[in-house]
Amino acid sequence: MSETAPALIVERCGVLTTIQDGGRYGYQRFGVTPAGPMDPWAFRLANRMLIQNDDEAGLEVGPGSLVLRVEAERVRIALAGAERPVAVDGRAVPWWSVLNAGGGQRIELGPAARGVWSYLAVAGGLAVRPVMGSRATHTLTRLGGLEGRPLRQGDRLPLADSAIAPDAPDFALVEPPVEPQGPIRILLGPQEAWFTETGVAALLGTPWRVSSRSDRMGYRLEGPPIEHARSPNIVSDGIVTGAIQVPGSGQPIVLMADRQSTGGYPKIGTVISADIGRLAQTPAGGIVRFRAVSFEEALRARAERRSAIEKARASLAPLPRGGRTDPTFLLSVNLVSGVTAGEP
Amino acid sequence: MDPLAQTGPTLTSIFEHTNSPPVHEPLNETHLPRIVPVGDMAILIELGETIDPRINAAVIALDRRIRAMAIEGVVDLVPTYRSLLVHYDPDRIDGHALLARLSKLRIDFEEPPTEGRLWTVPVAYGGEFGMDLEAVARRHGISPEEVIRLHTGPTYRVYMVGFVPGFTYLGGLDPRLHTPRLEEPRPRTPAGSVSIGGIQTGIASVEIPSGWHLLGRTPVRTFDPERTPPLLLEPGDRVRFVPIDPARFVELDRRAAMHDPLIAPEQG
Repeated sequence: MSETAPALIVERCGVLTTIQDGGRYGYQRFGVTPAGPMDPWAFRLANRMLIQNDDEAGLEVGPGSLVLRVEAERVRIALAGAERPVAVDGRAVPWWSVLNAGGGQRIELGPAARGVWSYLAVAGGLAVRPVMGSRATHTLTRLGGLEGRPLRQGDRLPLADSAIAPDAPDFALVEPPVEPQGPIRILLGPQEAWFTETGVAALLGTPWRVSSRSDRMGYRLEGPPIEHARSPNIVSDGIVTGAIQVPGSGQPIVLMADRQSTGGYPKIGTVISADIGRLAQTPAGGIVRFRAVSFEEALRARAERRSAIEKARASLAPLPRGGRTDPTFLLSVNLVSGVTAGEP
Repeated sequence: MDPLAQTGPTLTSIFEHTNSPPVHEPLNETHLPRIVPVGDMAILIELGETIDPRINAAVIALDRRIRAMAIEGVVDLVPTYRSLLVHYDPDRIDGHALLARLSKLRIDFEEPPTEGRLWTVPVAYGGEFGMDLEAVARRHGISPEEVIRLHTGPTYRVYMVGFVPGFTYLGGLDPRLHTPRLEEPRPRTPAGSVSIGGIQTGIASVEIPSGWHLLGRTPVRTFDPERTPPLLLEPGDRVRFVPIDPARFVELDRRAAMHDPLIAPEQG
């Protein structure tokens, strides 16, 4: 690749920033993990803000800050997920925005004040080579992204030819997505019968602390031990993202995007897809509670989440060109958000 | 004829009960087979709880039948020893509709296993390739040559591929080679290791920690992301091992490094 090809240059980043797309599907029967974003809803919103495919490859920004230099005439990016201070060449711009940058400008993201994972989507996507049909990074098996590893200083992230953006204004969401409130919703099972009633009651009745030993593979939870009714080992069985497995220690682990495809611990429940992003955004030390719902409720919750994301996207409104962010401006554009839907 | 109209028990389905609140009820083997949603992005069809060739054969048959249905929105089918996990994209298919459709499937435990594709896998046994060959022979009071003969005798069945990409679990190990796992798993074992553990044998695709006994190594990469296809053996396939000498291993290994799959299946 030519050194002058359009690219984003990583000038600084934390240890857990990776390239992700919708995930590497079709190979779980061979033991290949799909990977993909930890907060699929925020990732989807970032791509939708650019009116592009939900699965387009972008950056998942983990703990710490990120500084990118834009080696392209102009590129359009969208920011969603855990809110961070952000500046383009030192000029503060709002989070939840669609921005233009180019000609060596620096995009700086500070550490997240709340939440863990942020998404930086790029118009046209990142042009790293797909591996087995996907650009998602799975660091454990060194697949996808950039050499299958997290980003580091000096990396060049190639932009697709289609990334060179037309001259369009900056936009911001007037109404960022509203997160569901209350306990994280789960479906019990498939192995809830491997636990005593006391064990199930412990899962549903107590607050759980997210352990610092949590990563993209799984979130470990600390609390009272969950009592098994049978052995803490089962004959290996398929695993989904959100599965709450309980090994012999009785301390549950919620399996996240980088989980294996199969596993041998009983799974007491499964976090529903509407709430998996919310759990992912809970930092180490944060407290979560669980509530069991029916399959019907899980499907309804997903539909609600989907419309919440679409509603947020529809609230995109132009920012004044070259101007500073002004909260009163953002409030005022709320009135016209319906007009601009689908226009950026 | 409806291809789904097989004999055998229907699945115990929670489908009729999805409007009721979740209940915690004890489960025992008599509840199996059963079909349950696992969250809202997957459906589990559980046929048993043990390692049993009969159960695995039924899992594989079910896997093939569902694959042949080519259901839009089903993104992954994961057959294991005793269950089949159906991953779906809830934006492309309604979870309820899929659960209803899969609930109609009948399971036949008496059906003979489908003759999967047959792979012949070359293995360099013993020495630097299989450091446990001698110890396994001593443990069972037989010669290393006899271990090789017993290991290359059967046609194995791929029960499951998992743990890491391409790790192939094989059933059908000669009972004279059943060997408990090491008390302390080794933190690293080489890619391509052909090993035995308990009643199983397996092929490692990549370097992994393992408590299985290393009998040999194959130059075949069961997983190579830079190759088309990236993965070779799949659940339900059959595998035979043939011994090769170290010189042949080196030659084949060089070709495999250039993304040559080395082996091709015979259709079952």
